Amino acid sequence: MSELLQQIVNGISLGSIYALIALGYTMIYGILRFINFAHGDVFMMGAFIGYYTAPRIVNLTGGNLLVAAPIVLVVAMLGCSILGVTIEKLAYRPLRARPRLTVLITAIGVSFFLEYGGQLVFGPDPKLFPTLIPSGSVINTEHIVIGTNSIVVIVTAFALMVLLRFIVFKTKMGTAMRAVSFDHRVASLMGINIDTIISFTFILGSSLAAAAALLYSSVYPSINPLMGIFPGLKAFVAAVLGGIGNLAGAALGGLIIGITETFVSGYISSSFRDAIAFSILILILLFKPSGILGRHEREKV
Amino acid sequence: MKKSLGILAAITVFTAVFSCGERESGNEILIGEYGSLTGTTATFGQSTHHGLELAVEETNNAGGVLGKKIALLVEDDQSKPEEAATAVTKLITRDKVKAIIGEVASSRSLAAAPICQQFGIPMVTPASTNPEVTRKGDYIFRVCYIDPFQGEILARFMYNSLGLTKAAILKDVKNDYSVGLAQYFKATFTALGGTVVAEQAYSEGDSDFKAQLTALKAAEPEAVFVPGYYIEAALIIKQARELNMTMPILGGDGWDSSKLLEVGGQSLNNTYFSTHYSADDTSAAVRNFVAKYSSRFEEMPDAMAALGYDAGLILFDAIRRAGSADAPAIRDALAATENFIGVTGQITIDEDRNARKSLVIISVEDGKLKYKETIQP
Amino acid sequence: MRFHKSAIALALVIGLSFLASLFESRLNPYYFQILIYIGINIILASSLNLINGFAGQFSLGHAGFMAVGAYTSAVMTTELHVAGNAFLNAPIYALALLSGGIVAAIFGLVVGIPSLRLKGDYLAITTLGFGEIIRVIVQNLDFLGGARGFTGIPKLANFFWVFSIVAILIFLISNLVNSTYGKTFLAVRDDEIAAEAVGISSTRVKVVAFVTGAFFAGMAGALYANFVTYINPAQFSFLKSFEIVVMVIIGGMGSILGVILSAILLTILPEMLRTVAQYRMVIYSLLLIVIMITRPRGLFVRPRFGRRDVATKIQL
Repeated sequence: MSELLQQIVNGISLGSIYALIALGYTMIYGILRFINFAHGDVFMMGAFIGYYTAPRIVNLTGGNLLVAAPIVLVVAMLGCSILGVTIEKLAYRPLRARPRLTVLITAIGVSFFLEYGGQLVFGPDPKLFPTLIPSGSVINTEHIVIGTNSIVVIVTAFALMVLLRFIVFKTKMGTAMRAVSFDHRVASLMGINIDTIISFTFILGSSLAAAAALLYSSVYPSINPLMGIFPGLKAFVAAVLGGIGNLAGAALGGLIIGITETFVSGYISSSFRDAIAFSILILILLFKPSGILGRHEREKV
Repeated sequence: MKKSLGILAAITVFTAVFSCGERESGNEILIGEYGSLTGTTATFGQSTHHGLELAVEETNNAGGVLGKKIALLVEDDQSKPEEAATAVTKLITRDKVKAIIGEVASSRSLAAAPICQQFGIPMVTPASTNPEVTRKGDYIFRVCYIDPFQGEILARFMYNSLGLTKAAILKDVKNDYSVGLAQYFKATFTALGGTVVAEQAYSEGDSDFKAQLTALKAAEPEAVFVPGYYIEAALIIKQARELNMTMPILGGDGWDSSKLLEVGGQSLNNTYFSTHYSADDTSAAVRNFVAKYSSRFEEMPDAMAALGYDAGLILFDAIRRAGSADAPAIRDALAATENFIGVTGQITIDEDRNARKSLVIISVEDGKLKYKETIQP
Repeated sequence: MRFHKSAIALALVIGLSFLASLFESRLNPYYFQILIYIGINIILASSLNLINGFAGQFSLGHAGFMAVGAYTSAVMTTELHVAGNAFLNAPIYALALLSGGIVAAIFGLVVGIPSLRLKGDYLAITTLGFGEIIRVIVQNLDFLGGARGFTGIPKLANFFWVFSIVAILIFLISNLVNSTYGKTFLAVRDDEIAAEAVGISSTRVKVVAFVTGAFFAGMAGALYANFVTYINPAQFSFLKSFEIVVMVIIGGMGSILGVILSAILLTILPEMLRTVAQYRMVIYSLLLIVIMITRPRGLFVRPRFGRRDVATKIQL
């Protein structure tokens, strides 16, 4: 029983991180109708931004993590936003009118560029991520241990999701985003500047990826330029699982994938870890392609 | 269809054109090295390379071998077995080396050994401990002990010295070394009367082990055996401590790297691992080596550096004894190596082309490596 | 008429490659290796071209089919081969190659059928998923060596096998493209609904494309396995699929010759760039991005219309 509880905690912790990344995918898909393959690598960049800036910032605040950590978070979010918007402007914008497949291939190209460029610049060897969350545990019994790590991850992820919801549903920009995802031609007729909205979406998505990266690296402190590949793919599956284009769905999908993966790893075998997400993907696409919370889109001739 | 023929012709011309740029080996003896200079086990390759470099420099400064200088050609295999195979093929067929030194990880040595054997070029692995490596052929040698020995000693240490009878194993299924070592450990441990209460697996490159550790914890082991490589080992130990698993954790020579302490930190207290030498050893040979190495590279040599150094010196000694830089002669001389005094001990190559050597156990206390004991074969 | 000409050319190439294989040992092993890799890559890229370029199904899991063929042949040849006996080994290897292709084709069927309902991005991700699932399955099968790989595969591949299969594949594709049946592929690629409307079974076209593409990828895998003598699942990951996709894209989806040339180019390039190997993938990806933005139809394809190159109505 205690093992079960512990696995559930492990799973929710992992799942929250996937959820944050999945939100980025789902927002970009909702607006631009394509899978931003490079999102997982923006996530990776967030981790490296954290790696290089955290020591300095922690030093400046004299080792006070409570003050330093949020600063590092903001810095990483800023960095990733700039990266995301730059990618959009340089690689995706010129292809706006082209078929989706072209952009998909370009996105794959950007993804590999970031990964292998990262290997060149940062070196391919794994690096140790600096401590941003003090170690220790909140609940520490013989049966179950909930570390400060897990609590911070879950609370931060939740807080960010609530913030996102507020932005998307209660602000002008958010409403404009939803309008563009609904029908971008009509939205532009209403006076909405599509380019601005798209950039804004990338800022939101990339910021969440940055946050996810800091959390992920705090729990799994070995970072390397290829670390974004699998979390990225799994988060994408999570987005599809929950219903692509649907925010709550992305969060739900992330949690489901995180928990399932942990359970399979612990009770069956960890070698199946990577295949789980894909198997879920194929099953969902076969039986309910619109995802758990998604709407079915009819293809018009 | 005619175009395909035209293309084939173009290819032939192309390849003929770039058949130039091969190295002249007049007054040099070309030795090849392949190792993981980058990738998940980068410190293995880098340390070995430094050790070997030191050996080459020393030898060349003292006049070289048979009147010629040693030229070392290095190829990076990125910690991947298929790259090891390509690297070795290139060193042999394109660069025409006379002998090859490499690799640390048994998986990579296993990929490269058949190629060296096929081309009749002697291969000396400094640190691969899986017994299969030297079975690939009579041109393959090693200067370290093998895993049946290592696994047996670790099992005895856990059972007899630490008095623990219930062990859990967490092995790396991506590496022959880990799987083999786990197997040998288990065999001796159960023969002594201990029980392996649980066994889980992971893949090199993974970063999350909480699921497997939670499952192991539920079986209530008295100790955990982690026969993997240093980065995953450090992460595993860290995450185990976070899950309140305070029992001793043991490992093999795959842990030997400066990164182990860097990544694991204080969570490494109450762990032990076996390796090939200790920098704290007071013998003259080791003191000497440590001094030379640390002034040259500004870091303390780990076991892989020491083994790289020894492998180089043994090879050069074999070439001297052979009296020629001919591959078959070098091979025979290597096979006849007896009582070579190396930094990692006294080395004699037996009839299986392995070395019979002693094993060192290191414990980690207070975030530092402490020499525990030496065990003779 | 055309068929006869190309049949003669086919026989010629097969004969030449047989002759060439007799003189293999004269050639420097390093360059020999490159030529073999060129052949294998041509097979991989052209078979993917069939799926991506001609039938318009964007598949990112091609390495999975290669893996299946590789392991099938590895197991068969290791069990059945007779050491040193070239005469007996020839039909054994032919059998292994065929089996590799057939087993891969079966997987092609398994992958192709669910893909029928998916389009564009979803199809791409699904095929990627299948490729990864195949890799993970192999990784967990201990008798295939698991994650540690399969060693000791007999080295049976040579010029003859590689280039005969190259010739057969090219023969097949070029005759297909110019036939009425081939036109149905293009119809499905260009506008599936319109094709259905004129009575073409898009299901059948897609399945045939996947199965045939997978078959040849499987044979390429079998050639690879029996050449490198050591395979492990990590060699058949998404990265490998991507490398093949790059060859097809740069060559021009749907262009037979373009894909061949780009396969040659992209085999030789990494070897020439060995000294700057770490820049290779960075260069590749930049190349890809630039090409997608400027010449999405591919480097070797004439930008506008061409009769041989089926670039008339590529939706790129």
